[in-house]
Amino acid sequence: MSSIISVANLSKTYGSGFKALKNVNLDIKRGEIFALLGPNGAGKTTLISIICGIANPSEGKVLVGGENIQTSYRKARSLIGLVPQELHTDAFESVWATVSFSRGLFGKPKNPAHIEKVLKDLSLWDKKDSKIITLSGGMKRRVMIAKALSHEPQILFLDEPTAGVDVELRKGMWEVVRTLQQSGVTIILTTHYIEEAEEMADRIGVINKGEIVLVEDKATLMSKLGKKRLTLHLQGKVTALPESLAHYELDLCDNGATLVYDYDTKGERTGITSLLSDLRTAGIRFNDLDTTQSSLEDIFVDLVRTS
Amino acid sequence: MNHRAIRAIYLFEMARTWRTLLQSIVSPVVSTSLYFVVFGAAIGSRISQVEGVSYGTFIVPGLIMLSVLTQSIANASFGIYFPKFTGTIYEILSAPISYYEIVLGYVGAAATKSIILGLIILATAGLFVPLHIQHPFWMLTFLVLTAVTFSLFGFIIGIWADGFEKLQMIPMLVVTPLTFLGGSFYSIDMLPATWRSVALLNPVVYLISGFRWSFYEIADVSVAVSICMTTAFLVICLAVIWWIFRTGYRLKN
Repeated sequence: MSSIISVANLSKTYGSGFKALKNVNLDIKRGEIFALLGPNGAGKTTLISIICGIANPSEGKVLVGGENIQTSYRKARSLIGLVPQELHTDAFESVWATVSFSRGLFGKPKNPAHIEKVLKDLSLWDKKDSKIITLSGGMKRRVMIAKALSHEPQILFLDEPTAGVDVELRKGMWEVVRTLQQSGVTIILTTHYIEEAEEMADRIGVINKGEIVLVEDKATLMSKLGKKRLTLHLQGKVTALPESLAHYELDLCDNGATLVYDYDTKGERTGITSLLSDLRTAGIRFNDLDTTQSSLEDIFVDLVRTS
Repeated sequence: MNHRAIRAIYLFEMARTWRTLLQSIVSPVVSTSLYFVVFGAAIGSRISQVEGVSYGTFIVPGLIMLSVLTQSIANASFGIYFPKFTGTIYEILSAPISYYEIVLGYVGAAATKSIILGLIILATAGLFVPLHIQHPFWMLTFLVLTAVTFSLFGFIIGIWADGFEKLQMIPMLVVTPLTFLGGSFYSIDMLPATWRSVALLNPVVYLISGFRWSFYEIADVSVAVSICMTTAFLVICLAVIWWIFRTGYRLKN
């Protein structure tokens, strides 16, 4: 799959000296849903702002649809629709007027049929003549999506699309995103809801302290989620494990007080029964055990911590 | 050129005018009418003619300029400040539109509003005093030049301001005094020699003088100087705006 966005050696240092992005390299594939995860202040919004033209890069190059965002900004920007994190709206405008304004701003000729379709897809049609100030938060969020889609972009940036949105609406939003992807739109969403990335994304990137620390297919990440961990709390401390247990690749933790065994729940055999039997044979006794499943959140937290 | 984007911004800004008709048009017309009543009728009736023109008639160009100047600044500064304040500026900055197209949209709309307002005040003045415009072409030239120049100036203030207080500060503390002291209600020839020299440092003197000349062929300074000074201010404003967009000052991080 070809790249629709290519970020190379991108850095951003603010006037205060704060380095928001450090040598970021990232390729977004055409037609995918890419979730960019990161804690607050990781650089997600800065990265999006630079790609969309709202902030200037300090170093590096960004190509959107093969067009340089600085030297060929008109072509690059016309491919992008942006839904920012905050609900920035013209409070006293009607829904129809504000969405039509966005289309004009992006240089597209009037197309009431398209605006009507966008508003209907986002369940905003019956509110088309309402002033934005009278709408609920969820509706305002959808108005912002409608504005971003008004000029038929090939790429849609959703910066924290479901932040502070109730469960019902969040699921509705996911539905909208899936439909958009089916129509060929590439979607980049930033979130700190792991659940959202798991639900939506084809690929997941993790950014922390201005650096991309991981980019992986969700499927690969999910295969890691198939791993479970058995922890045995031993009766007495063990300094070394006998050779007969070597093939289980066990880890001795807490100075020999616990024994950790990772196994694949999706495999034909988990090896738990034979492990417990071999432990008994080896004379290693335990007084408690528990199992845990590593979640995407664990992977994320580990990555963020180690980076 | 992204004509549709310019049109979108222009129409969006003009729509705001019609939506706030009372504030945008009616209010300046009412306050100008009050000036006519107070200065033209009440005080003016006790003042002899100024260079052959009755006082009520004499102050018409100054009053129009007073409104055009203040409204140009107010319209343009608010026009660009409000998207910054509400955050909707993100859409302008991320659109495939160049800086001069953004300026054309916002400044074009602000100047249009001021010109319409100037013409309405002119028509209102006609109800109070007899009017005759000697040089209609130059009258319109000065009107347009002033509206555009001060809309550019307002645009700069709107970008510079990071709060409503700053948005009001320059118009209230600098522009209004300069306009009042710039000969709106008198000829600077009426001032003592020293103050006359000081008055010549006020750029508004040149605007009002040129504009008044186009009505009655009476001027405090030569028309050529008036045009040169206005054009010079226009060029300075353009240069500042060029710098703002080149550096992203108060717009882009």
